[in-house]
Amino acid sequence: MSQVEQTGETQNLTLVQAVRDALHHELERDEDVLVMGEDVGKNGGVFRATEGLYDEFGEDRVIDTPLAESGIVGTAIGMAAYGLRPVAEIQFMGFIYPAFDQIVSHAARLRTRSRGRFTCPLVVRAPYGGGIRAPEHHSESTETFFTHMPGLKVVMPSTPYDTKGLLISAIRDPDPVIFLEPKKIYRAFRQDVPDDGYTVPIGEATTRKEGTDISVYCWGAMTRPTMAAADNLEGEIDVEVVDLRTVSPMDKEAIVSSFEKTGRAAVVHEAPRTAGLAGEITAILQEESLLYQEAPVERITGFDVPFPLYALEDYYLPEAARIEDGIRTAVEF
Amino acid sequence: MSLLQRDPGNRVQILDEEGHVLQGASVPEIDDDTLVGIYRKMRLARHFDERAVSLQRQGRMGTYPPLSGQEAAQVASGYALDEDDWVFPSYREHGVGLVRGLSIKQTLLYWMGDERGNALDPDLHFFTVAVPIGTQIPHATGAAWASKLKGEDRAFIVYFGDGATSEGDFHEGLNFAGVFDVPAVYFCNNNQWAISVPREHQTASETLAQKADAYGFDGIQVDGMDPLAVYGVTREAIKKAKNPGPNDRRPTLIEAVQYRFGAHTTADDPSIYRSEDEVEEWKRRDPIPRLETFLRERGLLDDERIDAIADEVREHVADAIEAAESEIRPAPESMFEHVTGTPDWRREEQEAYLRRLREQYGDDTLLED
Repeated sequence: MSQVEQTGETQNLTLVQAVRDALHHELERDEDVLVMGEDVGKNGGVFRATEGLYDEFGEDRVIDTPLAESGIVGTAIGMAAYGLRPVAEIQFMGFIYPAFDQIVSHAARLRTRSRGRFTCPLVVRAPYGGGIRAPEHHSESTETFFTHMPGLKVVMPSTPYDTKGLLISAIRDPDPVIFLEPKKIYRAFRQDVPDDGYTVPIGEATTRKEGTDISVYCWGAMTRPTMAAADNLEGEIDVEVVDLRTVSPMDKEAIVSSFEKTGRAAVVHEAPRTAGLAGEITAILQEESLLYQEAPVERITGFDVPFPLYALEDYYLPEAARIEDGIRTAVEF
Repeated sequence: MSLLQRDPGNRVQILDEEGHVLQGASVPEIDDDTLVGIYRKMRLARHFDERAVSLQRQGRMGTYPPLSGQEAAQVASGYALDEDDWVFPSYREHGVGLVRGLSIKQTLLYWMGDERGNALDPDLHFFTVAVPIGTQIPHATGAAWASKLKGEDRAFIVYFGDGATSEGDFHEGLNFAGVFDVPAVYFCNNNQWAISVPREHQTASETLAQKADAYGFDGIQVDGMDPLAVYGVTREAIKKAKNPGPNDRRPTLIEAVQYRFGAHTTADDPSIYRSEDEVEEWKRRDPIPRLETFLRERGLLDDERIDAIADEVREHVADAIEAAESEIRPAPESMFEHVTGTPDWRREEQEAYLRRLREQYGDDTLLED
């Protein structure tokens, strides 16, 4: 392992640049780390998330693979079991399903099945979610599938700072991590991000805005419209916004302690409602804090329809007005 | 021309059905101890298999996939590996396991539903059993690729059946292997039947071996019930994986043509889909008497030695069964171990809940239907 200088400097980065910065940092720090996927090498990734890494680290560490999602994840599992730390990119979450079997039947179970003899320190990165006027199958948000599987961690950051720190944590994690990047906000804003290799712990939520009237839980790309809704309601309703950042394992303590302060809750996600994570959060609140509850938990989610082509996607995705409506419903109950 | 470069349809065979060396065939270089070792392990695999099926029938073990008929393919290919090479098995490779030092007790524990059967010795270069079909193929490709990136000098062999060649993971695993030129051997146990679906319904290809053409590396068909042919072909493939010639690609696809004498698993009844005549026809090529004939002719075996091996095998398997059956059931809380490196609150809470239930109600009450 090479020593990486601690500079104390920061750069003003977009979220996708923070992804690249984290990959760069870890490739430099640990020679077992490698990046693989479709178009991640010479091309630098279709979203530029791996730009320049091929030139700097070479074709054996930033690998252009054949176009085969199950092959990418399946071979990455073999590499991870054999001591490397692959970071596999799936170009869009809507194309992850050919690899689903490898992720849930093997990456998630390898440690259990071998009683700890083999581990699978694998990161599968995928841009997820709608809002970029993309073709069919390019807008999915199906974190529930992976959250349902024991053995997997699922991370969904919402800021450049968290993205870098969480991706570094994911790469260093001894177990498989599904790292879902909100592509709608890849370039929406910038934030000062330290050059150093800092980490943000997996499994910890953060409170984006303190409030006393209602707890609104969100993650990834939904954090921005949720914050906008909270701002719009300023003076009317005092909203607390809790950004989960990791959806598996969820930060139960943060979820519960916020709710016990406010007594009301809404959950915002762009995934379809049925069996979505809003249901899981509602169940946690029921189990842990029933006596604090003053209103039904509002689920402000995508609809139970296939993600529509983009002419209608803005109706599908929860935007600030819909989130405000849901918050009012819970508060006025 | 290397043995591996012959036409994929030109099946390699050294022994005839009786076990005599075919005219013009050349016996691979195998020392006498290895030859007898292959015979002994084939007998061990066969006897283990018969006992395992019987244990299942008696309700002492769960569903089990038998291997009888496939001993030559498994044992002789296992012997063709160097010590540091790695095996990626499917669920039927108990015979390869025996060669590589996997204890029968552990194999039994696994099929008896005990996770401890999977807690293998870390020095054993034997990956975990893969039950889904063909999913282990990309794992082997990835591990071989990692080994090559690390600059090691190791080969990786992965086993799968004829049915697995229809799976996407077969294609993706072999395609990556060709592109990245990884040191791996893809060993297809073509036993003619994927449960009830015959080989000719899996693919319209004349052979499975010829599929290697599409990936840019050698494919070869071998008589999988001829241990000498299996050894020779596998040994060549292992050597090429490590030291390819100037025009070679490292990977090889081997199609070992053979037959499973028994059912797909103990839950299967093959009389529904295949005839007894067909089974009898293939039993004439049984690898064990074939090798026995060859070894007798070489002066390496006689009745006395064969009886001694039979006794030794019986004792070995009986001891292993006793050892497996005398294990007490694993602690229920052990199911929460090894899910992730550090347990999170979900596992901690649920483990505590199970423990509380057990203490409050007792296992007998808790486990009543």
